[in-house]
Amino acid sequence: MTTTTPTPTVVTPPSPPFLERFRAPAAFLLGAVLLLGAAPVVLSDFRLNLLAKYLCYAIVAVGVSLAWGRGGLMVLGQGVFFGLGGYAMAMHLKLTDAAATGETLPDFMQLYGTGDALPWWWKPFANPAFALAMTVLLPMAVAAVLGFLVFRRRVKGAYFAILSQALAAALSIWLIGQQATTGGTNGLTDIQGFFGYSLDDPVNQRMVYFVIAAVLLLLMIGARQLFVSRYGELLVAVRDSEERVRFLGYNPANVKLVAYVLAAGAAGLAGALFVPAVGIISPALIGIVPSIGFVIGAAVGGRASLVGAVLGAIAVAWAQSTLSDAFPAAWTYLQGLLFVVAVGFLPGGLASVGVVLRRRRTAAPTRTTGETA
Amino acid sequence: MTVILNQSFTGISIGAVLLLIALGLTLTFGQMGVINMAHGEFIMAGAYTTYVLQKSISSAGVSLLVALPVAFLVAGAMGALLEWLLIRRLYTRPLDTLLVTWGVSLMLQQLARDVFGAPNVQTAAPDILTGNISLGGGITFANNRLFILGLALLSVLALTLILKLTPLGRRIRAVVQNRDLAEVSGIATGQVDRITFFIGSGLAGVAGVALTLVGPIGPTMGTNYIVDAFLVVVVGGIGQLKGSVITAFALGVLQAVLEYSTTVSVAKVIVLIAIVAFLQWRPQGLYTLRTRSLA
Repeated sequence: MTTTTPTPTVVTPPSPPFLERFRAPAAFLLGAVLLLGAAPVVLSDFRLNLLAKYLCYAIVAVGVSLAWGRGGLMVLGQGVFFGLGGYAMAMHLKLTDAAATGETLPDFMQLYGTGDALPWWWKPFANPAFALAMTVLLPMAVAAVLGFLVFRRRVKGAYFAILSQALAAALSIWLIGQQATTGGTNGLTDIQGFFGYSLDDPVNQRMVYFVIAAVLLLLMIGARQLFVSRYGELLVAVRDSEERVRFLGYNPANVKLVAYVLAAGAAGLAGALFVPAVGIISPALIGIVPSIGFVIGAAVGGRASLVGAVLGAIAVAWAQSTLSDAFPAAWTYLQGLLFVVAVGFLPGGLASVGVVLRRRRTAAPTRTTGETA
Repeated sequence: MTVILNQSFTGISIGAVLLLIALGLTLTFGQMGVINMAHGEFIMAGAYTTYVLQKSISSAGVSLLVALPVAFLVAGAMGALLEWLLIRRLYTRPLDTLLVTWGVSLMLQQLARDVFGAPNVQTAAPDILTGNISLGGGITFANNRLFILGLALLSVLALTLILKLTPLGRRIRAVVQNRDLAEVSGIATGQVDRITFFIGSGLAGVAGVALTLVGPIGPTMGTNYIVDAFLVVVVGGIGQLKGSVITAFALGVLQAVLEYSTTVSVAKVIVLIAIVAFLQWRPQGLYTLRTRSLA
């Protein structure tokens, strides 16, 4: 990504004392645990279920913040990885659902008549350990292959964005085409159980919510550690000046590849958790349009700020489901406007509003913020 | 043999549509590095222009001929406006233009839905374009497809002549090759950008008129083509007309042949794999502008 934007990122204060360095993250973590823990008490089952869905999008946003915010890689194909994770999980759950009723084939396969045998590539997904591993490893493997081929040859940033979009289009078209083995346009629907727990039971739904919330928090902690690590610095350096990093003896292709693969893993995990929370995975959830949707939350909240990206993803998903039901037309205009304003005029997202205002107040006399923008 | 010939003609006609769309893109992409996702909606604008004109002009043939220049102007004006309002402000952040113009495209789609209604509409084709030309032995060419092919080739010719022979074309080429040098040589690059955007978007409008001959007109019609058209530009080489022409027809024929031997969805996947493999060989596309830049 040679032509990446000089995004106004988080201002790094000049290395505060050891204890203070952890005060803000610890306070945030405590607040997040309290909020997420209180949600099941306060919210109705229906709303809790919606929140679980938004948290899945937030998990994708953690990866987007890493790859796009820190690494400058415009990841417009996250739907692919979300879908791979989601389908891997849904295939396993469909198979166990079928086994519970004494069938060998999932319901849609019986309907569309593929014969008696399960397709060979469905068979391993009956094993829970394999299916769970695949929800993360499959997306990461696909990302590794594409990323390796693209970054190694220094394909331009714009090309990468278009290729990842084309991949999203191709996967959703392929899934639609394979009606007999993937459920086609409908996708894999009507999932009943989750590793032996019935998803109809609100208690189990609450359990799924807690799993999702825990995964989100763990990923955020992990991502934060990565951001402040040596690798995190290197990633930002590649974003801001790939050539300089190359001349310093590093290989920017590898640095970008790691960020892309990790982001894909996060999206795959999110897709896998989305399935028990919502009970469906379909091509409509992973094509070009939803793939771009995955980045808008991060863009609105602040792509380079982890917390901003996560909160942005939750806020946009919430706005989408409340507004698009009540005013479908108005929501579409608003969504378009969000893209234009957030990306065009506030590239740091809402997380940067404070920084922008503070800078404006102190801008004239001292310009020592140390930022490139 | 007959099947192969007919199938390649289908491929060539897919290629012609791709070419019409990619022509404008390669111009705007090449000039400013802008990824204009709203290009698909300029196609839609051209198609709806045809629809509106046909309501007031009863003869389908006349309305089609009138629609071509009018759609060019309508879509071109929209493009110039977009450039003036948004894109020129994002000049230093080309990748972000993708998301910004995607936002614009969402709004334009909704606008079309509000103005013309969500269901697809249709225009009547002129009688002369509804038949087939038969070459004997079961080989037939559809007239409307031939018309689109002619239109695409004519557009390439016109654009080539403008770029090669006119002072404007020289300025455009200068900006594409080295913006800074063009600027210090006294070329008003901002103005050239706007004119380029006008022409590029206008070509999208012309593509929209052509698409009314082969399919319905709807708010999301542009989205169906935009990614494929971008792939043409990427494989052909940014800002390279030659590359776009060759790639559009190559991808069209490849798609058609694969669709015949496999299925539509498998063909899409194989074409994408072929493109990624191709970029291993030529990461900058088929034809590359030689510059001294490190990237």
